[in-house]
Amino acid sequence: MEYFIIIISAIFVSNIVLNQFLGICPFIGVSGKVSTSIGMSGAVLFVLTIATMVTWLIQIYILIPFGITFLQTIFFILVIAALVQMVELILKKVSPPLYQALGIFLPLITTNCAVLGVAIQAHSKNFNLMESVVFAIASAIGFGLAMVIFAGMREHLDLMKVPAGMKGVPIALVTAGILAMAFMGFSGLV
Amino acid sequence: MNQWKNFTKGFIKENPVFVLLLGLCPTLGVTTSAFNGLGMGLATTFVLVCSNLVVALVSKQIPDKVRIPTFIVIIASFVTIVELMMQAYVPALFDSLGLFIPLIVVNCVVLGRAEGFASKQSVTSSIFDGLGMGLGFTFALTILGGIREILGNGSFFDVKLIEGDAIIIFILSPGAFIVLGYLIALMNKMNKKIT
Repeated sequence: MEYFIIIISAIFVSNIVLNQFLGICPFIGVSGKVSTSIGMSGAVLFVLTIATMVTWLIQIYILIPFGITFLQTIFFILVIAALVQMVELILKKVSPPLYQALGIFLPLITTNCAVLGVAIQAHSKNFNLMESVVFAIASAIGFGLAMVIFAGMREHLDLMKVPAGMKGVPIALVTAGILAMAFMGFSGLV
Repeated sequence: MNQWKNFTKGFIKENPVFVLLLGLCPTLGVTTSAFNGLGMGLATTFVLVCSNLVVALVSKQIPDKVRIPTFIVIIASFVTIVELMMQAYVPALFDSLGLFIPLIVVNCVVLGRAEGFASKQSVTSSIFDGLGMGLGFTFALTILGGIREILGNGSFFDVKLIEGDAIIIFILSPGAFIVLGYLIALMNKMNKKIT
């Protein structure tokens, strides 16, 4: 039951993109096509889950015992950067097709605030390891959901007649606002 | 003259938010009021100026391969300083900005300037560039926060302007996207007129 609440709230109620404004850069930047947005979501799911797990272990077994929790930001960002690099290398060797699909999105993820944001949030919410992993996966699914819906809408927008000044990013942002409004319907669910 | 250009380009012509579209996460996330926007902007400005300064000083010594990780460590150190300072001196602001203070590390504006400008230019130019970009970012955040606060709460910098109910949706997440969308459209229009 506990896990169920975490999952529903991370995907719908406090959606990572539309409600918490994490990972806006890829949300606006690579949401031009449905296919690329699925690729990006897959890469985020992969890195987010591993990163949250590793940073959780580091926080509990290194930072807290040595009393250096104030170095959290530095530690986490370094771990995430190293992890992304490692995932890239391993994927290249182990599963070339998966690397082909996710490859170009991986370097972008280091500066995706969703990864660092979820890692930090897992601690401020006092989750244990299992809960953190579930939270990370659910957040990534929420990211993917918002991303794919948004990409579908943008594909339609390309065919519409839009006033000159609103073309491109401005109309996309307004659309995202309306999408966020739709997601607000879920608030109060949990 | 040249330094003046480095300083002013961040406001309109290369405004990090409205024109370059960098650092959108904090832009949307913290601007529920003009004061929050201003606080976030100033914190980012501090990090930008300091990291630009240090990056410009050491960039000759850093091997090319570990360039980006080094920059990230430099930025993360300054973010930690800001984090601890704000927690000590402005705890109310620290609480309302919350998660977005550590997230200055992954703000693309900061890394973008370190990589794109400070690593190639002289120390003084880098400081002016950091200051200009930071204040441009602050300017954008304060405007966005101000508009959202006026429409959504009927106040500006906590001074009540309109009595009674306001349009609450502008304080909530959809308002952030919509107001920013219209501001960028306006900026596009203005920039086209200037050039």
